[in-house]
Amino acid sequence: MFRSLLFVPGNNPSMLQNADIFMCDAIIFDLEDSVNLDEKDNARNLVETYLLTTKELPKAVILRINPVNSELINDDLKLLETRRIDYVLLPKANKISLFVLDKILNDLENKFELKQTKVICLVEEAKAIIEVYDLAIHERVRGLLLGAEDLTSELEINRTISGEEILYARSKVIYAAISNKIIPIDTPFTDINDTEGLIKDCKKALNLGMKAKTAIHPSQLETINDIFSPSKEAIEWAKALLAKAKTLNKGAFQFEGKMIDRPIIEKAKKIIEKAKLFDLM
Amino acid sequence: MEGQAGSKESNDCLITIRKSDETRIEIDSIVDHLFHDQILKAVEETLKEENIENVFVLVEDKGALDYTIRARLRVAINRMNKNV
Repeated sequence: MFRSLLFVPGNNPSMLQNADIFMCDAIIFDLEDSVNLDEKDNARNLVETYLLTTKELPKAVILRINPVNSELINDDLKLLETRRIDYVLLPKANKISLFVLDKILNDLENKFELKQTKVICLVEEAKAIIEVYDLAIHERVRGLLLGAEDLTSELEINRTISGEEILYARSKVIYAAISNKIIPIDTPFTDINDTEGLIKDCKKALNLGMKAKTAIHPSQLETINDIFSPSKEAIEWAKALLAKAKTLNKGAFQFEGKMIDRPIIEKAKKIIEKAKLFDLM
Repeated sequence: MEGQAGSKESNDCLITIRKSDETRIEIDSIVDHLFHDQILKAVEETLKEENIENVFVLVEDKGALDYTIRARLRVAINRMNKNV
């Protein structure tokens, strides 16, 4: 379970050496878009050596690999042999690229006796939006990350603060993920100086059903964590509601003037689960 | 016959390596007075791990951590070998 995931360019030693102190729930070490083609070997080596020699790693380590149809993929996936990568982020995910990745991972896992690699799909093509449910049901897939920049580029439309242009894509990702009990993760907000815009974007994504958001700069993490965490009021409400439910032991009852039944109790349990996980109580 | 990797940005190092008659390591670091021996050790150990002898190595260090120096040297070696 995440709230915030920070992209760190794989070839940036300054960012890598602070990776464990950024206040995010996961770090995405990027070997793809943020690394020039002639620096791919440098980035891969730096991340590999970092993973092998660093005692205190971030809470979760995600590796964004290069596309499966590139000649870089086999070298990228060798980093799994460090056994310190929690998830692989598949760029340009679609049914075919996921099929290919699955095959490569099966071979690697058998050869090196690795445990099953978990995958997060980067949904950033129109084709992927159409196929998103098929990605979500795959046994390796634990999350769907919307990549709105590539998607809107393909659609030849502009991004806006209101985000109406990605409403359909966001909704597809959310429903595919939630219906398969995996996490929907929102696209990053790319203007790192616009805090008000980030707040609006986070709230919009949260209210649609996104459970986490990616960041492209550490300065965005506090806002993202605040908005994607249960509020103090919500935690107090959930605690009181669950306490009353336990005392009454009834299927339905009144609480603070409202009728409460199983779905509301489940919602309260999720709030408490998140609050505990994120050290909020 | 020469390989180079890294950069002169903060917390990084630029490593240049080329074939030579004997192994010689030159360190130019902003923290040389504090970490010269550790940088030298990282270079020597990595050369040994990669079975590399008779090379000149120049480390232009801007405060890189141990793993960064090792990673950059490994890539510089690979690039030197590809350039042969």
